Amino acid sequence: MSAAPGSEPPRYDAVVIGAGHNGLVHASYLARAGMKTLLLEQRHLVGGAAITEELLPGFQFTTFSYAISLLRPEIVDDLDLVEHGLMVLPLANTFQPGLDGEHLLLGPDADANYHEIARFSAEDAEAARDLDHLIARLCVALKPWMDRIPPNSRSDDPAELASLAELRAFMDGLDPEVRALGEQFATSSAADILDGTFEHDLVKALYASSGIIGSMVSPRDRESGLIWLFHKMGEYDGSPGSWGFHKGGNGGFTQVLARSCEAFGGEIRTEARVERVVHEGGVVRGVELAGGERIEAPVVVSALDPRQTFTRLVDAGDMPADLIEHLEDYKYQGSASKVNFALSALPTFPGLEDRADLFRGFTNLGPSMDYLHQAFTEAKDGRFSRRPFIDCCIQSTVDPEMSPPGKHVMSCFVMYTPYKLAEGTWDDQREALGDTVQETLEEFFPGFSELVLHREVVTPLDIERTVGLSEGNIFAGELFDSQLFLSRPAPGWNQYRTPISGYYQCGSGTHPGGCVSGGPGMLAARQVLGDVQKGA
Amino acid sequence: MPQLTPFQPRLAALNQTGIWKHWAGHLVAPAYQHSVSTEYYAIRNSAALLDTSPLYKLRFAGPDAEGLLRHAMVRDVGQVADGRAQYTCWCDHRGYVLQDGVILRLSSDEFLLTAAEPTLKYFRDLATSLGMDRSVVTDVSADFGILALQGPLSRRILARLTGAAAGLRYFGVTRCSVAGHDVTLSRTGYTGDLGYELWVPRGGALQVLDALLDAGRGDNLTLMGTTALKMARVEAGLLLMDVDFHSARHAWVDEQRETPTELGWGWMLRTLDRSDRDFVGREAIARELASGSSRWTTTGLAVDVHDYERVHEEAGVLAPRHEVYEETTMSIYRRSETPWDHAGYATSFHYSSLLRRPLALAKIPLELAVKGTELDLELTVIRRPRNVLARVHGAAFFNPERKTANAEEVQST
Repeated sequence: MSAAPGSEPPRYDAVVIGAGHNGLVHASYLARAGMKTLLLEQRHLVGGAAITEELLPGFQFTTFSYAISLLRPEIVDDLDLVEHGLMVLPLANTFQPGLDGEHLLLGPDADANYHEIARFSAEDAEAARDLDHLIARLCVALKPWMDRIPPNSRSDDPAELASLAELRAFMDGLDPEVRALGEQFATSSAADILDGTFEHDLVKALYASSGIIGSMVSPRDRESGLIWLFHKMGEYDGSPGSWGFHKGGNGGFTQVLARSCEAFGGEIRTEARVERVVHEGGVVRGVELAGGERIEAPVVVSALDPRQTFTRLVDAGDMPADLIEHLEDYKYQGSASKVNFALSALPTFPGLEDRADLFRGFTNLGPSMDYLHQAFTEAKDGRFSRRPFIDCCIQSTVDPEMSPPGKHVMSCFVMYTPYKLAEGTWDDQREALGDTVQETLEEFFPGFSELVLHREVVTPLDIERTVGLSEGNIFAGELFDSQLFLSRPAPGWNQYRTPISGYYQCGSGTHPGGCVSGGPGMLAARQVLGDVQKGA
Repeated sequence: MPQLTPFQPRLAALNQTGIWKHWAGHLVAPAYQHSVSTEYYAIRNSAALLDTSPLYKLRFAGPDAEGLLRHAMVRDVGQVADGRAQYTCWCDHRGYVLQDGVILRLSSDEFLLTAAEPTLKYFRDLATSLGMDRSVVTDVSADFGILALQGPLSRRILARLTGAAAGLRYFGVTRCSVAGHDVTLSRTGYTGDLGYELWVPRGGALQVLDALLDAGRGDNLTLMGTTALKMARVEAGLLLMDVDFHSARHAWVDEQRETPTELGWGWMLRTLDRSDRDFVGREAIARELASGSSRWTTTGLAVDVHDYERVHEEAGVLAPRHEVYEETTMSIYRRSETPWDHAGYATSFHYSSLLRRPLALAKIPLELAVKGTELDLELTVIRRPRNVLARVHGAAFFNPERKTANAEEVQST
């Protein structure tokens, strides 16, 4: 039965803005708790930056995000994701080509990895074991803080003061060795840590990749330590730091989330761009869509990044000045691009021609510390790196349904391509970047270009335009200590609430941050549901 | 790809089971024939040969070698004469064991050490901290293969190849020539029996192996895989890393870290107060000894045969006795009024076909580790937990005279 003309617009208990993976997780949790939830997405498909698109018949491209590691295990259980089709295919190995035909091929067996690294240095092989174990211990220790609403450092509420005291006690109680490593990550560059640990450059370069990926920092910058640790916080099947590909790409994953959301009674509406969040007297009333439609709800949650949440969806003038001031310093500076290829056959690495399994994981094109630093230096001045660091993977070697039999899709995550170009625009330079990436691949995999059937270049500008992530930052803001945990996105506003009552944030710009973790969506739901219950 | 030991080209053809496993990244055979018992009995009845090359091998050489080892190791290698070996362990600064191993003292300034896990960098960093050159220790893992020749007939087999065998005393070390290759020979092993270990240069590996197999042909010399070896080592009360203990280096929590006393190696500390030698962990170990803060010790439990029969009989099955060897955690309870009064746990369990009883290596509080103390060991029999009576025995269940006797004392064998 349709509503009579002129009747009240449909009322929802909650409206969630943005169907990226965090918006989906969040909406699903709210729906599961019995809230009548509407999830709004401006594009024609859900997933945000986690989508899979068939750009060439039979070839499934992970346009943006391409792997999963930090997905919180409790989300899988709470939201019945397995029932809805979750399948994370573990990455079998990591391949690190060096200069002059050297390479490292590491897998899940610690002893085999020892012997692989010992080809270059027995001391490094031993150091890698120690470091891997110590990092794993640190990650295990930090995990509870990743999976809870962080304390509010600006509050004098007794519960918050107790939470901060608990945090200090936790730090003091850490095993000294583990704590020392944590402090090192927080205060040193990846290069400093690596120089104190390893002697061989190829080993250092392999480890350094985690410290720079997705970020506008050199491995010699202080911030790279923490970024490295962040990427090691991933957890798959209880093995800290392991990554996987979702069946059907990361778009396959967000489709699973959408099914979960709808199964709990959540409603998803695509091609529905929210122009503004409506509020009155410090209390949220609902949202207004492009075209003027108003949807009322006592709870509105933004899964967009902090710039969108606090300065586009609402008027910055309505926000406290100190929050806006802090957000002006909040760094996006997107620096990563994606270049995706359809290939007629697998590329080959000289000397390992018969090893198709090379590509069943990440391939790091960043063969030395100097190479990585040089790549960063080029980009610092506002041009994209001419020999970029590339993290590539050929998902179709693991998931054959991503491409026609015998053919492949290759995802290349390209570092040091700054959002703000010193000269020209990304619209002019898009294909030049594609050419650079292709030339770089050609150097490591001779004959690569001949395999290319199709190429898609996604610049930071394209990420911003298509997905809505400010300046194309894939994490919704850099993973710097000044904008993590107590300060994500701003001190005092790190608990998913906003200055407007009933208006919340649940995107990667909140704790624990970027990557396909679902953590922000889950923790924000915990906060919203707690507040709703208190209010009821 | 797995690493291959220098003996692998020959051993590959001799493994009748087709089964291989990995040990420190190398291919090794759990057994060479389908009857593990046959391999096991060769150790106790004639002689058996094991490829133990996957162990990490380190060489300490030069004027600083002894100083580094004296600082690193719990036992004092300064008390070891040239041409002698020493079983020892090394600890972290908290007194938790990192690894154990046998040091061969070749001369005043040259030593060889085997270890289960990589530890070159560890010793080099220690050398640096002492102001020594890092090159005092080198990794010679790839330069040598190691063969363990074990069993009562091992001496006479070896004597056919070298004159060095006959006079070599227990834990003696010598250099000799076997099949034309320089071999470092020690009277050591991991079976608790008479036996030898041969460090063979990689290039001579196959010739030495062939010579040994040939020399033992009339004496039932049998290749042994790692399973038979592990059965024998339980009888000898020898602990296995990653089974009976973990390296403190790669443990997650202190519950997994153990001190020498807690591993039943208190005997290594007996002479501690006779010298003020400064070694890693000494302070913590001295504190532990003074305060009696050891959480447990590791010892052997002999399971009561009648009770072992009873629990299986009650379940309606025959008590398993054939090739029973387990590396699982089994709970141990006090036999008190309190039900399920947890006292500790066993880490290795073996039905000794030779000694005709089940044995376990177990961790229990020191006050219970008195010979004869009765405890309950929890077995799972037909899917149900059943407690069986076990008595504290002490770790070495099997300790034949021939293991330590000199050649002239055992002429009659």
